[in-house]
Amino acid sequence: MQKSFAMAALLAASCGAQAASDADLAAIRAQIDDMKRTYEQRIAALEQRLVQAESRVGEPAASAPSAPAPITAESRPSAAGPNAFNPEISLILQGQYRHARNVPGRGITGFVPGGDGLNTRGFSVDETELVLAANIDPYWRGQAIVAMADGQASIEEAWFQSLAIGQGVGLKVGRFRSSIGYLNEQHPHMWDFADAPLIYQAMFGEDASYVQDGVQLKWLAPTALFVELGAEVGRGANFPGTDRNNNGTGGGALYVHLGDDVGVSNSWRAGASWLKTRASERSSDFVDSNDVTAQGAFAGDSTTWLADFVWKWAPNGNSAHQNFKFQSEYFVREEQGGLNCSSQDPTSVCATSVGSSYKTRQSGWYAQGVYQFTPQWRAGLRYEQLDSGTRDFGLNAANLVVDSYRPKKASAMVDYSWSEFSRVRLQVAQDKSMLGITDHQLTLQYVMSLGAHGAHKF
Amino acid sequence: MKHFIFACFFGLTVGTAQADLRIFATVPEWGALAQEIGGGKVKVYTATTAFQDPHRIDARPSLLAQARQANLVVAAGADLEIGWLPLVLRDSGNSGIQTGQPGYFAAANFVNRLEVPATLDRAHGDVHAAGNPHTHLDPRNVLKVGMALTARMAELDAANAAAYQAGYQAFAGKWQAALARWQTEAAPLKGAPVLVHHASFAYLLNWLGMKEVGTLEPKPGIEPTSGQLTSLLARQQSAPAKMVLRAAYQQPGPSQWIAGKTGMPAVLLPYTVGGTAEAKDLFGLFDDTVQRLLKGLR
Repeated sequence: MQKSFAMAALLAASCGAQAASDADLAAIRAQIDDMKRTYEQRIAALEQRLVQAESRVGEPAASAPSAPAPITAESRPSAAGPNAFNPEISLILQGQYRHARNVPGRGITGFVPGGDGLNTRGFSVDETELVLAANIDPYWRGQAIVAMADGQASIEEAWFQSLAIGQGVGLKVGRFRSSIGYLNEQHPHMWDFADAPLIYQAMFGEDASYVQDGVQLKWLAPTALFVELGAEVGRGANFPGTDRNNNGTGGGALYVHLGDDVGVSNSWRAGASWLKTRASERSSDFVDSNDVTAQGAFAGDSTTWLADFVWKWAPNGNSAHQNFKFQSEYFVREEQGGLNCSSQDPTSVCATSVGSSYKTRQSGWYAQGVYQFTPQWRAGLRYEQLDSGTRDFGLNAANLVVDSYRPKKASAMVDYSWSEFSRVRLQVAQDKSMLGITDHQLTLQYVMSLGAHGAHKF
Repeated sequence: MKHFIFACFFGLTVGTAQADLRIFATVPEWGALAQEIGGGKVKVYTATTAFQDPHRIDARPSLLAQARQANLVVAAGADLEIGWLPLVLRDSGNSGIQTGQPGYFAAANFVNRLEVPATLDRAHGDVHAAGNPHTHLDPRNVLKVGMALTARMAELDAANAAAYQAGYQAFAGKWQAALARWQTEAAPLKGAPVLVHHASFAYLLNWLGMKEVGTLEPKPGIEPTSGQLTSLLARQQSAPAKMVLRAAYQQPGPSQWIAGKTGMPAVLLPYTVGGTAEAKDLFGLFDDTVQRLLKGLR
């Protein structure tokens, strides 16, 4: 190509050369040489780019339907440098403005508190979650979630999972949110409401999730129906269990999840789970028959049964514009063991400690529906009710006030998302979780996700 | 008894090993291509339809159950399915289809990708670091991907390698002829300026030499805003577009609004197999796309 161009240029030049002087000729030659050089440079650059492009595509021009004998090389986006192996990093920013009644020692009447109830009002920043995840090698993948708050950083999750076992088997080792129930595995930024359902707070304490340090083994059946069986064993240190320095295990769980599609627009998942934990010296505050604060220390077994159900609908299965999600969970917990009542206060009936048997059976449920009516707006309602159930304190029944109550709460929310990564939510709730108190709460919350695009569970 | 159980188990294992190559395609276009190549030797499950936004899919239980049994996952790649596929793969308990294994095939890795961003910043919207992932709408890419997919299928199922190659040959022959026809038919489209809802048509426009002069989404993955639509309307004076394109899974409202204000036609394209009644297969997809574009130009 450059040859023919040079020839044409020479020809054109020679036509004019008849009338031109030697000086003109030299000037024209110099110009031609100049042009030739420029074009040669540009052609060389183009050729180089072509070679690069071809090596990236890794195959000859695909216009001819040749046999696929030359196996096409797979090209990857060029990712060089030492940073290329950095894990996927994301950071969750979450905070709120909350308007509620001031109730010191907020709790749920009729239920043993699993921690101090949240009584934060006004502006506050929730824990900032830092998520790091990467494939470790072809066999394992790891993930850590660090929750940072003022003066503390806690390991929310830190586990590795198998990639290469096959046969539907999955193994997870470390600290992980247990796969029991539905909401238990989800971090607060994935919740559809600003707070966790009351039953999660009553059953698992202020973090509203059961976290296990241990091993999870699950198996997915080779069927068109989604059937997942899982078993977990571990330290069992979290409420309703307590940490103990023992050999062996302190807690375990079993679960089964089923799921499928109904037509193209609907899909569902249902599950049943069982959680067993052990507690020793699990102390919580009671009020004794003299109206004095006393401590009750529970030692024994807790068994929690969970049933969960989720139904999602989207027209044609296209959830980007409109979708509806219904979810409900039902919990029953039985605790059996002994209760030791004691108090520092000499006026308490437990001033000299009293031991007794302890047997409870308590339950609760919630149901919620969230409707996304445009790509950016969603609205939802949640209703929940707990039942303090039977609480048999044996000998201590005479010493302690045993509340019998059915806490209730109704919440409504509306949220707006600018993109998949940013959301702001307004929630109002009527909270009757404490005997004699009706708390009207208003929460304005934001959830922002920075960095790697994490995939969310169903 | 023990022997019997063992025999049963062995029989089951062998039974599954001899079954067809089970392919899990994330999107209809690559499912259709795998079917063209594999014919009766493969069992293709397609995870999404043409009416679903492939960026926004839930990791549904049914997808996990299907991925569990797949021998080969055929994905679009380039992060198109980043919001759901990684989770489906990991939770499937299927070691053969993990990223980096022969059972994981990403189409975008075998074509020259367009719109690879120079800087990665979500201020530019939901950008794909590896470039625009909607590669199938350039029919030349379909051949490239088909060739690589055939090799992959042959690698995984050597017994049927010859059948896959024959399937690809037959497909590629017909495709070449169709490609020539489409190019001739689409000649009038060359240079035509268009608006698009989302950058789903970058490869189509590049192939046909058409010009994208604006997107209804202010940034990729962000729904069209009234501000963006009015600014496009204003730009229509200086750089007029001939039509406004949207995929079957995108909402009609924004493009119809622009069409109503400017008088240009709002053209619905099938985008992938099944997006319109005519787009029954890959050939139908391009036949219908070209016809709809030509109709829009008139």
